[in-house]
This record gives sequence, structure tokens and C-alpha cells, in this order.
Amino acid sequence: MSAATTTAVPGPEGAASRLGWALADSWTMTRRELAHWARQPVAVVVNLVFPVMLLLMFTYLVGGGRGVPGDPTEYLVPGMLALTMAFGLEATMLAVTQDLGKGVIDRFRSMPMVPGAVLVGRSAADMLQSVVSLAVMTGVGYAVGWRWHNGAAAALGAVGLLLLLRFAMLWVGIQLAMVAGRPEMVTAVQILVWPVGFLSNVFATPASMPGWLGAVVEWNPMSATATAVRELFGNPGGATGSWAAENAELLAVLWPVAIIAAFFPLAVRKFARLSR
Amino acid sequence: MDGVHKRYGEKRALDGLDLVVGRGTVHGVLGPNGAGKTTAVRIVSTLLRHDAGRVTVAGLDVRERAGEVRRRIGLLGQHAAVDEQLGGRQNLEMFGRLYHLGARRAGSRADELLERFGLEDTGRKAVKQYSGGMRRRLDLAASLITDPDVLFLDEPTTGLDPRGRTEVWDAVRSLVGGGTTVLLTTQYLDEADQLADRISLIDHGRAVAEGTPDELKARVGGDRIDVVLRDASRLAEAAALLGGEDLTLDPDRRRIGAPAPDRMAALTRTVRVLDEAGIEAEDIAVRRPTLDEVFLSLTGRPAEVRRTETDKAEVAA
Repeated sequence: MSAATTTAVPGPEGAASRLGWALADSWTMTRRELAHWARQPVAVVVNLVFPVMLLLMFTYLVGGGRGVPGDPTEYLVPGMLALTMAFGLEATMLAVTQDLGKGVIDRFRSMPMVPGAVLVGRSAADMLQSVVSLAVMTGVGYAVGWRWHNGAAAALGAVGLLLLLRFAMLWVGIQLAMVAGRPEMVTAVQILVWPVGFLSNVFATPASMPGWLGAVVEWNPMSATATAVRELFGNPGGATGSWAAENAELLAVLWPVAIIAAFFPLAVRKFARLSR
Repeated sequence: MDGVHKRYGEKRALDGLDLVVGRGTVHGVLGPNGAGKTTAVRIVSTLLRHDAGRVTVAGLDVRERAGEVRRRIGLLGQHAAVDEQLGGRQNLEMFGRLYHLGARRAGSRADELLERFGLEDTGRKAVKQYSGGMRRRLDLAASLITDPDVLFLDEPTTGLDPRGRTEVWDAVRSLVGGGTTVLLTTQYLDEADQLADRISLIDHGRAVAEGTPDELKARVGGDRIDVVLRDASRLAEAAALLGGEDLTLDPDRRRIGAPAPDRMAALTRTVRVLDEAGIEAEDIAVRRPTLDEVFLSLTGRPAEVRRTETDKAEVAA
């Protein structure tokens, strides 16, 4: 075979080369996810449209923003952004579950690629999807009357907090998929995210709820991000005066960082030990 | 593999498996479902860690030098290990990049392999729309991106139609010419017979016999002839006429089995004897020993844990 001389596999020599390999493999795996999108444009559009639909539904039909004075979109849009980031959990879990059920993961694992590249590809693609989703939603929000009032720097800070929450949910999703990655478990999670999503200040201020419920809601990580994002955008926060509300920006960083610190190592470890 | 053990909870998947494959040879691992074939392949291809024993591939310990092992092996698993949503070329190019051939070389290598496996016309079609045989060929192409020193084939033709099977066999034969070492697991005796230089028969996670196909077949006793009579009441009479040792009688199916070491001569003789006695036969066939018979002969009991595969093996044999 003439090809034999030209297809010998090189090995990485030295730390710089190893880092280069890691980046190259991660990029290859990210390209794979992008190629999947290119082949399913309808699914991509549906995933972008769904949260927009929710936003419009809660703005015009359900009447979200209960207990907050002024334009309800001012309260709802930041909340819906946080909710969309948190619901990213199920998208990640679904994608990882589908991947693990297939033989292609075995091929990846039998190849001399950097082991974490599969997960990096997944997270890069999901984060990219989330950035696009945030852009679409803020665009629609703008169209229905929502504005940011504190300048571009604060607005970017808000986007940063939203993506941080998404990144935390990403690793939860990967870990859940590997631990219980059967399709029926994905369905269960898709249903369970709803009550968790509603037990937050996304749609209504905790001040309008019974005391104990308001407390639970305020400590929901999603509420912390929503409140912090409202402050950064300069939208009415439905201030409750509680410690959690006063320190929302701190919590909006601490919560996701704690979740990542717990789930990232678990997920990487679990992936390395798949089917042992 | 030297005394390799692997347990899943209480179940011993491998129970002291020994296996030596000579460089540049094709070694068949033959056994029923649940014998430990796939577990063995997953261990040598670094997908699974063994509990005890020593495993080396191309002289490298799979536990300590997994990265180097992965650069030297190709794996064709039981299930298609390609991305079904992508096209054939997209798959091969992606794997080429992961082997760090570089973007341009990965692309040209993908084209070479597509042509070699007759997949050059598939264009952008997603793999999930491929036929079983095409998918398997793409899978095989993906295992060969680097022209690996060692190739593992885990039941490469299970679930394929006869045509797909011949295609895969041809591809494997052409590789062996290139000096690749091949470890092949199969449930089909004839597949091991066609492709392997040596065969290990495994059962309950242990090698129970090893040798060339001819050696093993000699131990089993060679080909057999099966006669199905129209009239069950004449079974005993026919058996007496055919005579000889090692006859099997199956009254429910009106069937007599007899050794047929000389194949065509046995067939002619049987037809003549039955015709002269006026006994009508519904079916007469000469066939190779089945996996069942290999097992029966070498382990003294029938192979366990089988579903429809044995039936397929008989059809193919």
C-alpha cells in the first residue's frame, strides 16, 4: 500500500505541542457540532424560536411581571434570558445522551485524541448557540419595548453573567447525561426544569409570594442571575430588600462558579472512565 | 493477552484469557454470544480496563501506554462507529484531523479511502441513509485512516447480507497483504475459516481451543450430510441402509445426519442408496460443521446463550 508511508501518526512532543493538539482536537470536535447544525437548520431555528415564543407568551398572554410597577417587559426580558440559559441544561443533556448512545464515541476513545476534546466541542457549540440565542432574544425584547439603561459596559457584564449561568448548566447537563443518560431521563429532566424555572423570580417578584416561598425563590441560582442582570441593565428589580436580593451580583457569580467547581471535575472524570 | 480477567459485578466476562497473535497474521476469535469476545476487543483497544493479567499491543502495555497504542490500532466495533448525521467524507476527514494528519492530508486521505471502498459517489448523503453494507465499509475505512499496525474487527459481518459480507471479507483480505496484524472476532465458523490464519475458540471468558482452521476442523470431524425424508416411518430403515458411525437421527424433523468427509462422493452414494430402496428424500445437503458442532465436539456440551445467530450461521455455512 503506497499510502502507508504518508499516513504514519505523529505523536505530540513537548508541552507546547500537547497544548496545540488539545486545541486542534477541540476545534475539530466543535466543527463536528457546527456541521450537525448545518444539516439540521430547522432544529436550530426551532431551538432559537422557542424561548422567543415563551417571552412573547408571558408578555402578552399570561401577564408576567406580577407585582412590579411599570412596563412588564422591563422585568420579564432579563428573567427570560436567565431562564433560557438555565433551560440550556436539557439541550446539553439531550445532545450528550444522543452522542453516548452511538458507537462513534467508542471510535473517538480508541483514537489518540485529547480525551476532553469531545466535551470541549460540546461546550463550545452550546455556548455559541447560547450567544446567538441571547442576541435573538434581546433583539425581540428590544422590539417589544425592553431597554437597557446603564450603558454598554454594564450590559456586557449582564451578558457575561448569563453565559456564566449557561456554562454551569452545561456541565450539570453533561454529568446528568453520563450518569442517567437514557432518553426517558432526558424527558424527565425536560419536565422537571419547569417547576424549578417557575420557583424563581423570572416571572414574578418574590415580594408577591407567601414568605416561605419567596425565600426559596430568592435563593434559586436562576433568581440571583435574573436579579443581577436586571440591576446591570437598569431594569426594575422588584426589590425585596432581602440579603439575597441585595447581593444578587455576588450570588450570580458564586452560584455558577460553585456548580462548575462541583460538576466540571465530575464530568471530566466520568467521561474518562466511561464503560470501565 | 496473558491471563486476563475482567468482572462486571458477579459476572466474570474474562476468566484468565490467553491470546497470542503473530505479527502480520489474522487471528480469529470464535465463540458464542457472551463468551467474552467483545470484552476482549474493548480491552485491547483501550476502551476498557482489565482487572488482572497483562495485555500488550504491538509490544506496548495497553494500560501504561494507552496513547501510543491508540496511534497504532484501528477498531471496527460491533456497532457502526461513525457519526450518522454527517456524510461519509465528512466523517473520514474528521477522523483524519483527529489523527493529526493535517487538514489537507485528512481530506485527500478521505478521498482515497472513499474510492477504495467504493463510496466515492455518496456525496453529502448522511450516513444514516446508507445501507448496512455501505455503513460497514465506511466504518472499516475509518479504522484504516492511518494504515494501522494492528486492526481489531469485532464481529465485522454480523447483521450484514451475503453481499455486504463478501465486500467486508474482500476488504479485510486486501489489508492482510499489506502486513497488518488482524484480530477478528466472529460467531461464524466459515468467516474465521475464510479469513483467519489461526483461530482461538473461547467460551466463558477462556480460550478452550487454538489452532489453524484445518486443525480445528479435523478435531470437529469435517463436513456432514443431512437428509430429510418425506416419510418419517422409514427413518430407521434409511439409517440402516446408510450405515456407518456417528449417525444422528431427528425423528421430529425426519432428518438423518451422517459424516461426509468426501463430500460429493457421500452425496452420490446417499442419493443412490435411497433411490434403490425407494425412499423419497425431501432435501439432501452437504454442509460444514456448525458452531454448535464445534462447541459440542470441543467442550462436550452445546454452546449457550444464543439467539438467532446460530440459525444464520447454518444458512451461511
